[in-house]
Amino acid sequence: MNVDFTPADQTFRKEVKSFIAENYPQSVRGKSRNEYGGKDDFLAWHKVLHKQGWIAPSWPKQYGGTGWSATQKYIFGEECALADTPMVLPFGIAMVGPVIYTFATEEQKKEHLPKILSGERWWCQGYSEPGSGSDLASLKTSAVRDGDHYIVNGQKTWTTLAQYADWIFCLVRTDTKAKQQEGISFLLIDMKSPGVSVRPIITMDGAHEVNEVFLDNVRVPVKNLIGKENEGWTYAKFLLGHERAGIAGVARSKRGVERLKKLAAAEQDGGKPLLADPMFTRNIAELQIDLLSLEFTELRTLANESKGGHGPEASILKIKGTDIQQRLTELTLEAIAYYGNPYRPFAHDKMTNEYVPGPDYSHGASQNYFLTRRTTIYGGSSEIQRNIIAKMVLGL
Amino acid sequence: MDFSFTEEQTLLRNSVQKFVQNDYTFDNRRSIVKSDTGWSHKDWMKFAELGLLGAPFSEDQGGLGGGPIETMIIMEEFGRGIVIEPYLGTVVLAGGFLRHAGSKAQQEKFIPEIVEGKRVFAFAFAEPQGRYNLADLNVTAKKSGAGYTLNGHKAVVIGAPWADSLIVTARTAGGQRDEKGISVFVVDKKAKGVSCRDYPTVDGLRASEVTFENVSLGTDALVGQADNGLPLIERVVDEGIAALSAEAIGGMKVLNDATVEYCKTRKQFGVPIGKFQVLQHRMVDMFMNYEQSVSITYMVTLKLNESETERKKAASAAKVQIGKAGRFIGQNAVQLHGGMGMTDELNVGHYFKRLTMIDTMFGNVDHHLKRYASLD
Repeated sequence: MNVDFTPADQTFRKEVKSFIAENYPQSVRGKSRNEYGGKDDFLAWHKVLHKQGWIAPSWPKQYGGTGWSATQKYIFGEECALADTPMVLPFGIAMVGPVIYTFATEEQKKEHLPKILSGERWWCQGYSEPGSGSDLASLKTSAVRDGDHYIVNGQKTWTTLAQYADWIFCLVRTDTKAKQQEGISFLLIDMKSPGVSVRPIITMDGAHEVNEVFLDNVRVPVKNLIGKENEGWTYAKFLLGHERAGIAGVARSKRGVERLKKLAAAEQDGGKPLLADPMFTRNIAELQIDLLSLEFTELRTLANESKGGHGPEASILKIKGTDIQQRLTELTLEAIAYYGNPYRPFAHDKMTNEYVPGPDYSHGASQNYFLTRRTTIYGGSSEIQRNIIAKMVLGL
Repeated sequence: MDFSFTEEQTLLRNSVQKFVQNDYTFDNRRSIVKSDTGWSHKDWMKFAELGLLGAPFSEDQGGLGGGPIETMIIMEEFGRGIVIEPYLGTVVLAGGFLRHAGSKAQQEKFIPEIVEGKRVFAFAFAEPQGRYNLADLNVTAKKSGAGYTLNGHKAVVIGAPWADSLIVTARTAGGQRDEKGISVFVVDKKAKGVSCRDYPTVDGLRASEVTFENVSLGTDALVGQADNGLPLIERVVDEGIAALSAEAIGGMKVLNDATVEYCKTRKQFGVPIGKFQVLQHRMVDMFMNYEQSVSITYMVTLKLNESETERKKAASAAKVQIGKAGRFIGQNAVQLHGGMGMTDELNVGHYFKRLTMIDTMFGNVDHHLKRYASLD
């Protein structure tokens, strides 16, 4: 048993590090996602990675992957997090991409994969519906065959960044008589199709990231169906498995801890830094220890996966990873005391007063705390993840 | 032993409850928060009409002659509606300073104005470097001639954009963190040298960064004893903590009721999600957190006029319980509402945000754990 990196891995790490240092997109340096001005900001880092051929490390080499080992992928993810690079949006690269190269026709692969890699086609995810959240298989959006088309009707919700999306991948019901899971199909829909409309949902932090997507008699060519009709649930489960990989966010949280320590060193309490307060440092230490355990749990999962194992243990990564992310935002809010009060406006607020007082690191910190509550809800809530472990691991 | 309310107290509760239910609906609150001024002067005058602005003042002063219990009742009902108007800053805090330590002239001038809704106050005590330490003051009031000259920066002064006057804590002697040498002043916001930069807060209120540049104050601006203001400040802040605790339990109750109702109606996997035992137990924990918070709110309310040490311990104990329970209930109300709990549209997030900010106000859980331990 050892967790040392080989000399080759260490050389690779150096290469990644210097690449990031030289190519970090200046247009978004220091900006949080809240402050992005639009599509270009979201895609700035994506385009840099695409040019380098590093946009999709998890894809097979033949479709545009890097051919890296599991360790190299891990190193790459870690270096990106340490350098605080912008996140690559998951909807194309991590979600629909793998479904397409695994289950789609050659024609579909040719049509979609290059544009996912380049970032020129922006994807969003049409899974949840108002009545179908945790119980996703109960979804009602219908697709009825009409010659070479499906006529799609229904409503999707919590659709992240749909306001920018060119295409949406949807779970739709194609058989209403079959058992729930057996009547679902996986359909790709052009957002420009007549009958598609998007309505913003503002979250409690004031941000506009999620949306409702309405599908009203949308005509979708049958050639946009992925795999077989009524087998969409299999592809959806495959995708959810992908969504969980990397969700632990260990490296990003490590970086978050460093940032927290820095600001706790800057915050004064009775003439001493807050970082000298045993009560506060105890909280940080507990968080770090949880994170360290999670890091090794992730490494064990990784080692297991590289041997071909793939298990519901991934749910541990989601549960603990999101818990740590939430506690990080909570401690940050605690650290900044009264400067947690001011509201940092978003572009869509159209407020005349854009003044935000307090140190830079306090700006938007409480909004970040509020928004991060969603991490234990989306992608399978912590309750659902526990159900998975209970059933699949413990056999209860 | 008796935890029942008098007939007058029940009538008071009913009248505030009726106002919140009929006039201060969630939609009305939303439009008030989004309005240019961010508060409703009309509702403020309604408070005056209902006698709420005079609740803690004696009948001689035009008030209702109420005490801590009346304040608790009003704040709890306001908490149910997450009322944003500056009752805490004006009636509880400024009112407290004036009642406990105001000169006859100050009381005669300001109390009737408060009672009639003609003067709004904000309490300027926090400073950028001071965290929750009420004695960590860089704002100075230097003796000059017959009065004082005020200089410095007060941070996150809640309600200052709406205020006519500020209650300001300032250092009149000693070093930055000395407990002695602190004084309290009442300052007209329009006075020369006072400037405010206003902004909205995450819980729908408005606040200001207030700077004082050579503001001239007469001796009549001093509230209470010169150089010995800290005991007074601590007393009023402890009363503010009791009021905030009452506001918090009002909000917690709304969140718990909404969550139980939602879990009874939201169906997944063919059954209401409230049928799942893991969620039932969570809601039981939320309920217990609420009940414990109600208890400690009664406790602190009844101990506000006991010895200084008893009062301080009670206030810190309440602030710890309220902070922890507010966090647990707020976070789980959001979690159990799922995506809907995250939205701006539903009221749940707004109560969660207010409870979060109540934890910060006058010191968070960690701060009051330490204060309690140091007094015990």
